[in-house]
Amino acid sequence: MRMSREAVQQVALLARLELTPTEETELVAHFDKVLTYMEKLNELPTDGVEPTAHAVEVPAPLRADQVTNHADTEALLQNAPAQEADFFKVPKIID
Amino acid sequence: MTPSRLTIHEATALLRTRALSAQELTRAVLDRIHATDARTRSYLTVCEPEALAQAETADRRLAAGDSIPPLCGIPLAVKDVILTKGIRSTAGSKILEHFVPPYDATVTRLLKAAGAVIIGKVNCDEFAMGSSNENSAFFPSRNPWDLSRVPGGSSGGSATAVAADQALAALGTDTGGSIRLPAAFCGVVGLKPTYGRVSRFGVVAYASSLDQVGPLAKDVLDCALVLQAIAGHDPRDSTSVDRPVPNYQATLTQGVQGLKVGIPQEYFVEGMQPEVETAVHQALAALAALGAQPVSISLPHTEYAIATYYLIATAEASSNLARYDGVKYGYRTAQTGNLMDMYCRTRAHGFGSEVKRRIMLGTYALSAGYYDAYYLKAQKVRTLIRQDFLTAFEACDVIATPVAPTVAFRLGEKTADPLTMYLSDIFTIAVNLAGLPGLSVPCGCDAKGLPIGLQLIGKPFGEDTLLQAAYAYEQATPWHTRKPPL
Repeated sequence: MRMSREAVQQVALLARLELTPTEETELVAHFDKVLTYMEKLNELPTDGVEPTAHAVEVPAPLRADQVTNHADTEALLQNAPAQEADFFKVPKIID
Repeated sequence: MTPSRLTIHEATALLRTRALSAQELTRAVLDRIHATDARTRSYLTVCEPEALAQAETADRRLAAGDSIPPLCGIPLAVKDVILTKGIRSTAGSKILEHFVPPYDATVTRLLKAAGAVIIGKVNCDEFAMGSSNENSAFFPSRNPWDLSRVPGGSSGGSATAVAADQALAALGTDTGGSIRLPAAFCGVVGLKPTYGRVSRFGVVAYASSLDQVGPLAKDVLDCALVLQAIAGHDPRDSTSVDRPVPNYQATLTQGVQGLKVGIPQEYFVEGMQPEVETAVHQALAALAALGAQPVSISLPHTEYAIATYYLIATAEASSNLARYDGVKYGYRTAQTGNLMDMYCRTRAHGFGSEVKRRIMLGTYALSAGYYDAYYLKAQKVRTLIRQDFLTAFEACDVIATPVAPTVAFRLGEKTADPLTMYLSDIFTIAVNLAGLPGLSVPCGCDAKGLPIGLQLIGKPFGEDTLLQAAYAYEQATPWHTRKPPL
């Protein structure tokens, strides 16, 4: 196996995903298969090849540093699962 | 005349002579949805009152007669990853099931400015991740040509709506083939524009360096008309390119005389459905008969495209989907616990299994110790794939290939093995990696009558040439006149 259950759990933690034991088992198998397939890329020598992040070169566009915030706070907050006054409400962070 | 069967250009002619009103047209399309969508399941949300109000406005403008916008009164469907102000936009995910955007995507705003009627929001694979529409968190859409088969994905609902006359055209998005594959499977025309041609502002992000919005339409002229409405620079999308938009309709009828059509040997592989191969070869012969010049080319890194794509796309997805944390919008688990539990459970319950698989792979590919071996390696191979196309285009003007190795497959046929599903995109995925425009045009059917698509790939910003070639082919063949037996 290319990835152990513990390694899958570690990635899940990084990804902020709670997995069931069944999902963990499936992902161990999935990683095994997919990473084997990805090995194909190692056939290709790529020393000195520049990586491509975007296919179409666009210089980083600059604009004036002006506030363009959405004016309708109410509409933005409406989609939040929990809110209070003008804030998003989350579980307690500091004891 | 059945108004729902009209193309955009046919309907526009009737609307402008007042032989048909926008309200009659919108009602006809709504009636068609009500009569058929229990079978096709194209729509996640039908915007009946809003659409009728927009149609009424269109009728007033048509009656006034001056400065009528180009898509005035035309009922269009919008893929549910594209935000529509005040209309639920789910991206096919439970995590956004009740999300009502406070603003329009730029493409939505442009369609409205062009006078279009937004008839509803169409189904897709969750976060546009899938090739069959079976990853929608709500239900799979079904192929109007055979309801036991998939429409292709991820813009499956866009394709079924257009094929079934439940919209005159639709917007989709294409990250690895998500417009072209469903267009081919459902027998409609689909175009993925050059990366940067159309704004992504307000489009739920999957893989930002690959995603692009484009039209699915009943014919090539309609495809050009919708592209015209949405193409152009948008300061709100920093990857959008500031470059003039040609008049696509003006050059549509220029034909293919002398056009060099590159045929890559790597795209005619073992295991292809023989009827697909035959149909594509016949299409190439038809193009040659119209004056095009076939040129044999090679795209040697084709076999690495899927591995490259699934590393880059999942890495970008893992980053983009980090925003769904149960805080600002969308679903939050009831079992909150502490903040970390809340994040992990919200995402566990809100995302479907394919989305989780991709987030996991992408997180792994970007994680310390693996970044160089996977993500950086894939970005380097992406360069080689892109160079293949640039070299090929020194010898040809467009490239012609099949869209997919088979016709539409059955629901459930590929769900057990994600890797098999990924291989459905084998002919479309490299085009996204290279940022090129790609078009799917119907080019035949198999013995069961299931549609087959021809893919035309263009140079960067060569949408005009693609549309010209597709139009010449379409007008010389009968395929665009076929309708599913729904």
